[in-house]
Amino acid sequence: MPDKPLSFQGLILKLHEYWSAQGCVILQPYDVEIGAGTLHPMTVLRSLGPKPWKVAYVQPSRRPADGRYGENPNRLHQHHQYQVILKPNPDNLQELYLGSLKAIGIDPKLHDIRLVEDDWENPTVGAWGLGWEVWCDGMEITQFTYFQQVGGLDVHPVAGELTIGLERLSLYLQNVDSVYDLRFNDEFSYGDVYLANEQQFSAFEQEVADVEVLKRQFEDMEREVPRILAARGRQGQALVLPAYDHVLKASHLFNVMDARGAIAVAERQSYIGRIRDLAKACAEAYVAQQGGNAPDSAALERAEQYKKKALF
Amino acid sequence: MQAQAARDLERMVRERLAAEGFLPEAVKTFAGPRRLTLVAEGLPAAQPDRHEERKGPKVSAPDQAIEGFLRSTGLTRDQLVEKDGVYFAHLHRAGRPTPEIVAEVVEAVVRGFPWPKSMTWGAGTLRWVRPLHRILCVFDREIVPFAIDGIASGDLTEGHRFMGPAQAFRARDFDEYQDGLARHFVVLDPEERKSVIMDAARTLAFARNFELVEDEGLLDEVAGLAEWPTPVMGDMDPAFLDLPPEVIRTSMRVHQRFFAVRDPRSGFLVPHFITVANIEAEDGGKLIAAGNARVLSARLNDARFFWEADKKVPLEDRLTKLRGVTFHAKLGTMAERAARIEALAGEIAPYVRDDAQTKAWAIMAAALCKADLVSNMVGEFPELQGVMGAYYAEAQGYDPEVVDAIRQHYRPQGPADAVPVQAVAATVALADKLDTLVSFFGIGEKPTGSRDPYALRRAAIGVIRILLQSRTRLPLKSFVSDELLAFFADRLKVLLREEGQRHDLVDAVFALGDDDIVRIVSRVNALDAFLQSEDGANLLAGYKRAVNILKAEEKKGALPTGEPVDMPKAPPEEAGLINAIGHVDLEIGKALAKEDFATAMRELANLRAPVDAFFDKVLVNSDNPAERDNRLRLLAQVRDAMGRVADFSLVTG
Repeated sequence: MPDKPLSFQGLILKLHEYWSAQGCVILQPYDVEIGAGTLHPMTVLRSLGPKPWKVAYVQPSRRPADGRYGENPNRLHQHHQYQVILKPNPDNLQELYLGSLKAIGIDPKLHDIRLVEDDWENPTVGAWGLGWEVWCDGMEITQFTYFQQVGGLDVHPVAGELTIGLERLSLYLQNVDSVYDLRFNDEFSYGDVYLANEQQFSAFEQEVADVEVLKRQFEDMEREVPRILAARGRQGQALVLPAYDHVLKASHLFNVMDARGAIAVAERQSYIGRIRDLAKACAEAYVAQQGGNAPDSAALERAEQYKKKALF
Repeated sequence: MQAQAARDLERMVRERLAAEGFLPEAVKTFAGPRRLTLVAEGLPAAQPDRHEERKGPKVSAPDQAIEGFLRSTGLTRDQLVEKDGVYFAHLHRAGRPTPEIVAEVVEAVVRGFPWPKSMTWGAGTLRWVRPLHRILCVFDREIVPFAIDGIASGDLTEGHRFMGPAQAFRARDFDEYQDGLARHFVVLDPEERKSVIMDAARTLAFARNFELVEDEGLLDEVAGLAEWPTPVMGDMDPAFLDLPPEVIRTSMRVHQRFFAVRDPRSGFLVPHFITVANIEAEDGGKLIAAGNARVLSARLNDARFFWEADKKVPLEDRLTKLRGVTFHAKLGTMAERAARIEALAGEIAPYVRDDAQTKAWAIMAAALCKADLVSNMVGEFPELQGVMGAYYAEAQGYDPEVVDAIRQHYRPQGPADAVPVQAVAATVALADKLDTLVSFFGIGEKPTGSRDPYALRRAAIGVIRILLQSRTRLPLKSFVSDELLAFFADRLKVLLREEGQRHDLVDAVFALGDDDIVRIVSRVNALDAFLQSEDGANLLAGYKRAVNILKAEEKKGALPTGEPVDMPKAPPEEAGLINAIGHVDLEIGKALAKEDFATAMRELANLRAPVDAFFDKVLVNSDNPAERDNRLRLLAQVRDAMGRVADFSLVTG
């Protein structure tokens, strides 16, 4: 480890530098409340269709049910995920990832880096994939996934996704116990920046938010998505991107209702199903816009050859 | 998944080799986190030549048919052999070199491997459990050349991801492979990894005068996570020891895959843990221990948050929330299920122990037993259901009987699990299982073959074990349908068979229509002991003889009814049996009334000598119809007296 561990923003800058060198587009966070970096349209939508894509960004991720009023050292209503998408995934994706750990000062000869097989799924956007949870000394620091389906559609070529929980990783690097004690940079602590957020949003999301209003807004979003998808833009295209924003909003409204304790256990599945249907509609419209989701011709040819061989 | 993959690999390779005429001397497979390995010993250099005689059409068949046969065999007409007017083709196929076949086998196995979930990666179409990077395939020290979806086979493999040299190394036979891996910090054999872990972990604990809390399932799991498993002991903040030990252990096991450590004298947990790392760290594991300790603290902080928050909500207040939890689409909510269990507990309690206090406690515990399902802690650790409810009930000051019943009501959960025997706990555990069984049978969800998604077999065996161990005399018929009663009979047979008991005796006893498991089992036990005695075996033979005669005579016409009488001029053996059966029948009645089956069997044993003597000396089918009828009446009486004890016609021995 370097003499002085990276600050919170130093960690982000280091990761930006590393993934930028791998050819990734470095993006800014999406400006809609999002529950996980995966839901960013630059991941969900761009992992579909035949075009290659490389991106890295930080996404503030809101989990209203995890809010602890700023009183718990590592549970937050909003944490930050570092998200990398490489499509198609390169053969050496694991090595690239392990290289990023070295770049931020984690020496795999001193720390126990483990790849634990994991099936990942996000039912809200009809996505699943296989990969690993990456553990560092018993702490999960990264979700490493090869997307197989998004929006219920096959992902081909396959996108490799890395999702890193920045607060956790930073706690680890800086060797402190409370997220609020993290050095954001040399002058400000994480608490200076975000404690008020945690205190106020925890109270809002778990006590103050008006369930009736949330419900109404959810239903509005639900009505809006198909309406927007049915409209056409100046160039005659479906307005997939604005429609998808409304899916994200519906998803966040659901999360707040959930944190508010307003979702009965029996209702959960039905709400998730409703959001998934919206996400699927967007995914389908996006893929249609990209000229279909067909595998590339080389892969088809290989499959064809194998079929012949099998017959022989 | 790894162990299953190793089994599938062995099976698929064996089958395919056999289909090609190969019978390897030994096939061994090894699975680990990064590699799947198979070694087959004793394959010849080439496939044996194969001869086949294929039958063709008749010589007189039309030309078209014969030409078709020639095409399919690749022969000409003069090469065919004629036998009894039929053409035969003698085909000779030279064996192909083994590597050629191995290449085909490997490709077929890789492409058809039954992973429970598989994936594609990059732009390829091959499916495997995770991206497949290398195929090392050698035979007789030579590379077997082939390529699957662009991955060429070779003689290279990689060692540990972080320890040792990073470059791949060559292996041309299994010894080079296994030794090379060991030199590159990979233990190939999962069994060896397990013993490495156990030895090192026990030693670490022992050195501090502690004891490892062994956990077979966890050992299997961690042995599958590391190629160079290295146990490391770390410290836990002792302040966490005020959490329930089940919570600490579950958090360690489920979240962190840590082994817990205890004081061998008191059995209490000590504030340490053992993690199994995948490297021998250059600093001896200090950073690894410290890092893992921090993560554990965070986990236990969460657990404490749940524990404190849960204790603030009385269990009764959670019951309304159960209305929002669906138990099963056709069986309503968990609240409805809790109400059914509560009602059942009230009905069952008097059979377990007939006093008002037991009943009141059982009803109370049954009403609360599902409340912890909506607690934070059970949401996090579903395996702590029941256990947490008990802690929360205890914190609320409920009687120990109620607390214990909540804790134990899911038990027994398997053959090795303890059975609740205290009256209140046994009552609630019975009510829980009977509700499950009656409900699922009621909607037609019965186990079929190997499918038993609601674990109904386990529930029925649980009921039987609780009834037997608590000596509860429950009239099952007043709680379950005939169909479910038959299901219990089947489960009882399985249970007794596992204990080495003969299952035909269960049939023989069940046929009497009894529904009291305790009585049925003591009858079966007495019957078993009786049939093992010489008297029993002989009497069974006599019984069968009597029944056969009665059956044969029944075909000729209705059997005479009524009691046998002392006939004039009857042989003494006939009078002796009449005398004996009268006495025995009376005594059996008395013994059965007291449920003293051993005595009933002993009384039956008294019939053996008179029955044997009767068959020895007396001819049933007498020319004198009156004598014949009297003797048939006598045999029927023997059959019926014995039938009060068990249906001996169902005994197969």
